[in-house]
Formats: sequence, C-alpha cells, structure tokens
Amino acid sequence: MKRLTFKKGIHLNYHKEATADKKIELMLPNKELVFPMSQHIGAPCVPIVKKGDYVYVGQKIGQADGFMSVPIHSSVSGIVKTIETRMTFKGVRDNCVVIENDGLYEEEPQMKEHIKQVDENLTKEALIECIKEAGIVGMGGATFPMHVKLSTPPDKKVSYILVNGAECEPYLTSDHRVMLEYGEEVIKGLSILLHVFKEAQAIIGIEDNKMDAFEHMTQLAKGTPIKVQLLHTKYPQGSEKHLIYSLTQQEVPSGKLPIDVGCLVHNVDSVVAVYRAVTKGQPVTRRIVTVAGGAVKKPCNLEVKIGTSFREVLEYAEVDLEKVIKLIAGGPMMGVAISDIDIPIMKGTSAILCLTEEEVSKEKPSSCIRCGKCIDVCPMKLMPNALQKSAINGHYDAFLNKHGMECIECGCCAYTCPAKREIVQSIRTAKSVIRNKK
Amino acid sequence: MEKMLIVSSSPHAKAKHTTRSIMLDVIIALIPVLLVSIYFYGLRALLLTIVSVISCVGFEWLWGKCFKRPITIKDLSAVVTGILLAYNVPASAPIYVVVIGAFVAIIFAKQVFGGIGQNFINPALAARAFLLAGYSTAMRTFNVPTPGQLFPSVDVVTSATPLELMQNGMTQELPSLMDSLVGNIGGCIGEASAIALLVGAIYLLVKKVITWHIPVCYIGTVFVLTFLFNGFNLYESFYSLFLGGLILGAFFMATDYTTTPMTIKGQIIFAVGAGLLTTLIRLFGGYPEGVSYSILIMNLVVPLIDKYIKIHRFGEGEKA
Repeated sequence: MKRLTFKKGIHLNYHKEATADKKIELMLPNKELVFPMSQHIGAPCVPIVKKGDYVYVGQKIGQADGFMSVPIHSSVSGIVKTIETRMTFKGVRDNCVVIENDGLYEEEPQMKEHIKQVDENLTKEALIECIKEAGIVGMGGATFPMHVKLSTPPDKKVSYILVNGAECEPYLTSDHRVMLEYGEEVIKGLSILLHVFKEAQAIIGIEDNKMDAFEHMTQLAKGTPIKVQLLHTKYPQGSEKHLIYSLTQQEVPSGKLPIDVGCLVHNVDSVVAVYRAVTKGQPVTRRIVTVAGGAVKKPCNLEVKIGTSFREVLEYAEVDLEKVIKLIAGGPMMGVAISDIDIPIMKGTSAILCLTEEEVSKEKPSSCIRCGKCIDVCPMKLMPNALQKSAINGHYDAFLNKHGMECIECGCCAYTCPAKREIVQSIRTAKSVIRNKK
Repeated sequence: MEKMLIVSSSPHAKAKHTTRSIMLDVIIALIPVLLVSIYFYGLRALLLTIVSVISCVGFEWLWGKCFKRPITIKDLSAVVTGILLAYNVPASAPIYVVVIGAFVAIIFAKQVFGGIGQNFINPALAARAFLLAGYSTAMRTFNVPTPGQLFPSVDVVTSATPLELMQNGMTQELPSLMDSLVGNIGGCIGEASAIALLVGAIYLLVKKVITWHIPVCYIGTVFVLTFLFNGFNLYESFYSLFLGGLILGAFFMATDYTTTPMTIKGQIIFAVGAGLLTTLIRLFGGYPEGVSYSILIMNLVVPLIDKYIKIHRFGEGEKA
C-alpha cells in the first residue's frame, strides 16, 4: 500500500521496542484515588458528591460546567474522603475529589440506563449527549471534549471521520496496543459515529512502524466501509492538521478548524470510549499508559484507573527512582516534565517516561548560526528562528506578522537546532503572552 | 521524592548534532585537499594552514578575554575560518600575511559584529579581499607545482594561473584537464585539487551539513554563462569549472550558514547571483578570478533576500 505523508517534519529515534510487544496489563490501585475536577480543555467540573458519600465505579462525581466541559466519574467504589485543593499536573493546584478505594469495584447500578440502541432512532443529538455524559475527551493527550468536535454546525458537511493511530511520539505504544487488543472496539465505535454521520468516509491512519496493527485493523475493517491507511513514520504525523493533510491532501486554512475542510479527527482510544459508552453505558474511568524510559526495569503498557497516583504506577513498573533525572507525562516531544510524583493519572496521561542521565539533553543554548535547519523541518512552514528572535525581544507585532500564533508547538525546531536553542519554548511563551493580552 | 527532578519545557529530546559537530564535519571535509596541496606545493602548505588556524583561534580567544565575552573557540568555527583563510592564499605567501589575514577575518569580519552567527560577510573571504588589496604581489605569485617534493627549492618559477591564461586568450598553454582536476597547477593552497575538494564536498552532502542547492546552482550558472559568453566552447566552459576557487567557493564558502540565506528559495537566488558575478568578473573584469568577490557581494544582499523571500505557509491557501 502507498504510504501517505506530509511535507517537512523530522525523523526520530522511536525507542518503541521496549513496550511495543507488551500486552496491556490491568493495574489495580491502592487505597487513595484523586480526581482533579479539570481533566480536559475547558471549564472545570463542579463536584456533586460530598465527604462521606459512597460512590460506585462509573458514578458521576463532577458535573460539567458549561458546553466546553465534560463530567468526571469515579473509577473505583468507596467513600469520598475529602474534597480539597491538591497539586496536579504542570504544577497546577486544582480542586480534587479524593476517594478511599474499598477494593470491591462495585458498578453503578444505573449504568445500564445509559445504553443506547444503535438503530435508526439514534439521533446525532442523543449520541452527542451520551458521549458528553460519558466524559469522553481526546485521548491522544490534548483532552479536547469530543462532544464539542461532534457538535458540527448544520451548514458544515462532515466528509471524513479520521481516526488517529499515527502515534508519532517516541516511546509511546498505548495507541498501538489499543489497536492490537481492542481493534474490534475501534471498528465498532467508528461504525457508531458513521451511523450518525452517514455521508462521511472513515479512515484510520497508522504509521508504517506499526505494521502488525495496520494488518490487524485491515483484517477487522474488511466488509465495512472503513478504510485503513498506511502512513509514513515521521514526526508530527499525528498532529491533527498534518494527519488531515496526509489522509485527505487538504490543508486546514490558517485560523480555521478541521471541520472547515470537512474533517473530524479522533484518537483510537477515544473511539473505543465511544463504543463502551454507547453499548455498555461505561464512562471514561480508565486510561492506557505506557511506562518506558531508561530507568524502568519493567517497561509496560498499563490499564490504569484514572485517579491512581504516578507513584503507584512507577512502583508497579519497578522504576529505579535513583536513576531518573526527568519524568515526563506524555511523549518526549510534547509531553510535560513533572516535578512531583504524588499527582494523579488523568484522562490525557498517555505515558510516563522515566529518563536517565543519558537520555536527556542538557546542552546549553548558544548563538543561532542561521543554518536554517528549523525552517527546513517546520511542518507549519514558519520561520522558527525569526519567530524566536521576535519572541525574545518582545516584538509581538513582528511575531504576529510572521504568523507565530500558527505554531503547533510540535518542537521540531528545538529538536533539530544544532545550537540547542530553545526555539519552540520561546514561541510558546510569546503565544501565551499574546493570548493573555487579548 | 528526595531527589530533585529536572523540569523544562518540551521537547525533551534533541538531535545529536551540534554547532561543534557540524564544524568538525567541515574540517574533516577540508582535509583531503590539504593532503594533495602538501604533495604539490610542499610542507609549506601545511605550515601556513597551521599558522592560520592557530592565529584565528588565538584572536577569537583574545577577543573573548579582552571584552569579557564568552569564549567561543570550542565551537570550532574559528578553526574552519583558519583553514579556509589558509586555503585562500598561495603556498608561497609569507607567514605574517596569513597572521594579518587571521586578524582581519576574526576581529574585523566576525567579532566586531557579535561573533558566530552575527557576521554578515564570510570572514575568510573578507580577509582574502583585504590581503589581495594590501599584499597583492604575495597573493598573486603562484609557484609551479613540485609534485612529491616536501621542501621545494625557493627559486621555483612562478607561473601564470590557468585562469590568467584563459583571460588573455592563451588557451594553447593551458594545462591538461587531468592536471587541473588532480591539482597539478599553480594556485592557492585550497584550490589545488578539484577532485580532493569534491571528495570533501560529497562527505558534507552525505552528512547533510550542506544541501546541493547552492553549489549546483552556482556552478551551473557559471557553466551556462561561460558557455554563452565565451564562444559556445563546451570543453573550455567545462574545463573552467575546475579552475581557480570555484569548487572551493561553491561547496565550502558559499554554503557558510551565517552569511547565506536561510530558505532554499533564497539560497538559489544567492547562488545564481554569485554565479553571474563570477562569470562577469572572470570574462570581462580586471581580475582573472571572481569567486571570492562574487560571494562577498552576494553576502551583502543576504539580509534583503531573507527579508523578501517568504515561504508558503501551511494552510495559507492557494498561491496568489
């Protein structure tokens, strides 16, 4: 099959061997689970349980506050211990519901009520409501509420539903394993979406470093209208805009959304979540996490209950904490370095990387030598070095004129810079300064 | 956790290459021609190169010390400048000429503008232009090659370079194509052997330190224009590509990151412009050789090229 791709970008060392063949293991948490009320892009949830309440698995504990928000559900059964402000991801303090796990995993009795029959009576609105109530967000890491994406304005035609199985970040294998082990659920979940978006062509895009997943999905898709497409292994193939380009040869115009070129893009695990929400009434309470890196004795793909602390996961994977000098939630290109391991796994935690001295570049930035390598690799075809100059000097008008806001922060520029300049980091800072000014 | 973790903004992975590793690759690529040069011009070629490198690195270190700036000699860029400077003088040049050249290259062309990445003209070529003006006899006296003699006798006959012969129309006296390719002709240290230079150039292309755009467009332009303006003589046009500093200039000096455009489109404009100027100087100018001046002139145009050449952005829409 022809391998599709986009222009520019970089080739990386993928380091996926350690976990690509490891089956997803179920990891059960200890006593205490922490549920931050903000696990998605958008307004935080409002807790609807109080201290001392008994909660079931799948019971809603945080109510969505507004359109751009999804509810949060308990992943265990037990007693609500407290509701307080705790440290979460990115060094942010957040309102959290803390639940004492009773280890019984009693399911919520009313869960079955959420089940929807996939027949001609299933309307788009009902499906979207079901997806929102199940708390489904973009499971690739961006955590954009899925129902918002699906709520397409009536004048916009959905021509494509694209499923992102690119997984272009090094080390990560959670989507790879989902396709291999829950491939049927991916196909069924996608069929449910096709049921309400009847005119859309569904394409699952998979990078060619996951041939087993590609062949498996191709087999499963036989007899369905779903197309499985092989993609070139290149970073950032899994970026929404670049996946759309690879699969449909359309560029999302600057400042526009995928829907403006008729596309909806979802991560493979988000589609699995749709299947489970619609046919079983299950909300999002688990997350597939890849634990990898030089300091991990037992690299693995884990099914983790959301709310489990990083510390427990690291202990499970037998991480040598002495050797770790950098911990990353997510991939090495766009993941977030964390300073504290007593924080909970959230909906967007696709991986925990435990990097050692040898795996972390600590070289100091030096002068730009104008080599133009950042320009050669920028997948948005911007001029990263020029943007950095404007960003550092605080010339925000020049930054805007050079279209700095279109940067997708993939990090190709900073990766490739021989002078080790922190290009994307400066651009990211400038972007948020400009956004906050508005 | 007892130990402190490193926290920084993504990306957390970085490519292996550094400014230093790129400079090291350039140094490696410049070695073959030095060996050939020693064979044809004697050990003096090596001596001048070493003096030039030491002077360049020394001046850069001194500048850092005097003005309390970070010492940047570890990035090896001064070593590259040193080698290129030596390659731009004849092996017979006096040692002090090279030291003066190194001073001009490092201090006047590079450091006063802010050091690596900030200089707008190629330091080695700026020094060569200075030396050509100030020490023109030393710079334009080329000994006849003495293959195999490490210490050639001092009173070897000086010869006209093939380009001088060509400009004066004395084409029957030109050395054979083979001699020009191998390096058995009079010239600067780095101009000795086109073949040795091409070996180094291929190394740089394979290591992706440079791309083909500038050298191919530059040399291609010279070839086409020489063919058109020099009586449609295919052989002579081809032959002239291996003379003088064209190969050295096109692969090693017109590809200097700092003083050339950053975009591919800009680089092509730069290269074609340099090719045009080189041919004009060679065929119609007062000097037989135009490579260094043409690159220097095009260096000055780089800020303009970089300002006006825009890349077609992702999602920008159809080209207007």
